[in-house]
Amino acid sequence: MSQPELTGAQALIKSLEMQRVEVMFGLPGGAILPVYDPIIDSSIRHILVRHEQGAGHMAEGYAHVTGRPGVAMVTSGPGATNIVTPLADAYMDSVPLVVVTGQVATTSIGTDAFQESDITGITMGVTKHNWLVTDAADIPRVVAEAFHVATTGRPGPVLIDLPKDVANATMEWYWPGPSDLDLPGYHPVTEGDPVLVRRAAELLLAAERPVIYAGGGILKARACEALLELVERTGIPVVTTLMARGSVPDSHPLCLGMPGMHGNYTAVTAMQRSDLLVALGSRFDDRVTGKVGTFAPEAKIIHVDIDPAEHHKVRRADIAIAGDCRLVIEELLSALDALGLPACPGSGRAGTPGVPAAPGAAGVVRRPGATPMDASPGAEPVPGSPAAAFPRERLDPWRAQLAEWQERFPLGYIGQAGEGGLKPQYVLETLRDATPDDTIVASGVGQHQMFASQWWRFEHPYTWVNSGGLGTMGFGVPAAIGAKVGRPDRMVWAIDGDGCFQMTAQELVTASSERIPVKIAILNNAYLGMVRQWQEMFYEERYSEVYLSPDLPDYVGWAESMGCVGLRVTAPEEVGPAIDKANAVDDRPVVIDFRTDAAEKVYPMVAAGASNDDIVVDPALGQGGR
Amino acid sequence: MSPYGVDQRHHILSVLVENKAGVLARVAGLFARRGYNIFSLAVAPSGDDRLSRITIVVDVESAPLEQIVKQLDKLIPVVQITELDPAESRERELLLATVAVGPEERGQVIQLVGVFEGKIVDVGTERLTVMVAGAPGKLDDFEDLVRPYGFVELQRTGRVALPRLDRQAYPHDRTHQTEKAG
Repeated sequence: MSQPELTGAQALIKSLEMQRVEVMFGLPGGAILPVYDPIIDSSIRHILVRHEQGAGHMAEGYAHVTGRPGVAMVTSGPGATNIVTPLADAYMDSVPLVVVTGQVATTSIGTDAFQESDITGITMGVTKHNWLVTDAADIPRVVAEAFHVATTGRPGPVLIDLPKDVANATMEWYWPGPSDLDLPGYHPVTEGDPVLVRRAAELLLAAERPVIYAGGGILKARACEALLELVERTGIPVVTTLMARGSVPDSHPLCLGMPGMHGNYTAVTAMQRSDLLVALGSRFDDRVTGKVGTFAPEAKIIHVDIDPAEHHKVRRADIAIAGDCRLVIEELLSALDALGLPACPGSGRAGTPGVPAAPGAAGVVRRPGATPMDASPGAEPVPGSPAAAFPRERLDPWRAQLAEWQERFPLGYIGQAGEGGLKPQYVLETLRDATPDDTIVASGVGQHQMFASQWWRFEHPYTWVNSGGLGTMGFGVPAAIGAKVGRPDRMVWAIDGDGCFQMTAQELVTASSERIPVKIAILNNAYLGMVRQWQEMFYEERYSEVYLSPDLPDYVGWAESMGCVGLRVTAPEEVGPAIDKANAVDDRPVVIDFRTDAAEKVYPMVAAGASNDDIVVDPALGQGGR
Repeated sequence: MSPYGVDQRHHILSVLVENKAGVLARVAGLFARRGYNIFSLAVAPSGDDRLSRITIVVDVESAPLEQIVKQLDKLIPVVQITELDPAESRERELLLATVAVGPEERGQVIQLVGVFEGKIVDVGTERLTVMVAGAPGKLDDFEDLVRPYGFVELQRTGRVALPRLDRQAYPHDRTHQTEKAG
């Protein structure tokens, strides 16, 4: 029985349907026209964006919260180049993305035809792989390969470039099986080497000051439950990087929060003083390590990553395990079983009620967040087993040290006084407390992003959507829209800066017309705040090209013109009511223009290139440095 | 030492890739992007027509070899990478050169070509084109000796290499034997 003849365009859409794609983000144009015709008859929801960059970031936001690949489709030339930034962003943060670009006809390739660009050449360095399809018969196989590559191993973005004549050509439909994929050079490793895993388990039991350094790979590998079990069974404290916020609940007594350039004192210093760092799906990014030569000088390193190229790239590991984080952690737990570590210590989530924040200097607000280190005893190890030398009390001095740091150096800020702009931290705290626990938070890049990561309390995985590696300003609004499309059941807030908002705000038109009710909190300090902070600290307050304006544009008017509810908040007492008002809107996007204090800086801070030993906490809090 | 010679800074990667359009650009682009220096590069079909062989001599001072190999391995069309230690491999290269020699000096150059087991490819009134194949070090020597006559053009192909053959009776047991001995 012969298969139906389809055009390349129909085959592409049918292939996407076969991959169970529910939604795609895109914008049509000349070269991709043939593919937009079968969309009319497809089960796939297409969301028409206002700029191709928005399509890419929406697909990323969708992928971040659902774990499914985000799909975007754009035309050739400028359409394709406009989506290069999201591809680069997804590549840095290992986000599975499948982008389809139209291309001029194969007969015109290389002739500088209208809207021609060599997009496979341009995106070689920012995609995991890309394909230029030259035969319609290849389409189903290439789509299957593209989804396979994007979602397996270390996830990442891929691009399929489809010339117009190939889209118009006909082919005999088929759907490839797993053995039909033509990827002889692609064999991602998933299971860890048992010998190395066993050695890692032994190191874990021998350490006196261990820290688990959890990165975005934990979320990509759906390894949160396994990680929590590892943390609770061993009693080892865990830091969650910017890409891993929410992988362990912030309220967990063993969660130290975010390390790095703007991490909290305890998370940063715990890593510095540790004798064993267990890096799980993290890559020793310069924003985490500070000056590499002085990073965690006494620590042995266990490095688990599905991408072997991350091993020894920045810091030589004592034990490097290539594999999927979830599988390797599960193997590690079995190895700990075999070494006699008791199965259920019964402490871990001790449910200790939050100790009221210690009284600080007058007007100082401290982050309520995590319960302090809990040194409660766990179940006793089996006598005579290797783990008998590892009673949980063994780590008590270490946890006590961490608790002392948490007490001495909590996150804090000089509380909201009547004068001046709103404190961004106050806005975030109010927003955090007024929204459900499982609210999804997206952000742009800059001060507001760091404030959000610091002051939000992430209690669930996949609730934090941000641009970590590439640091893409303008990520927040479209990523929030994509996240809301992926999780319509959740409340989605974007925490944005005024600079970021101006880069991609037009996608709120998309959100309004598609009825995607996201909420945007602009922390409007009228500056490119993070750059301003650096100019203040490192360029003698010579502010160069960082002033925007609080009133230009008129954010409320702009929001309303885009079909959103627009609100403006200038006084502290209006913050809560405005948020309540926004939370009550469910039929359109809401934008709140919070007028914040431009002088507020992000602390703690490790200056670029400085050692993590030289972390600076907020001088205004009167606690000095270390 | 001549810039073409084998020294500690260089390592040979013999890379089997899918024989598809754009694969060389992916490999070369990776080197450029990550700041690795390519010392020489030779590309040709392999025995299997679905695959091509790229022989890359890399300057390992520009980056740790381990990182270069791992990044290369991440490229989807790269099927297999073999690292060849120059001391443990047989390398060959081809040199093609036009030398500025008139009738009076021609004989001397022809003699050198003979010593190096090369060939005279073309003869003009004031020029001679010669070809020499061999180990890269041998070509370096040839170049040094002929340079005083004056090169008009000089081209080298970049080296290709294969591992030195094991002379033990059962080469495949070697690892096994080593393990047992250990």
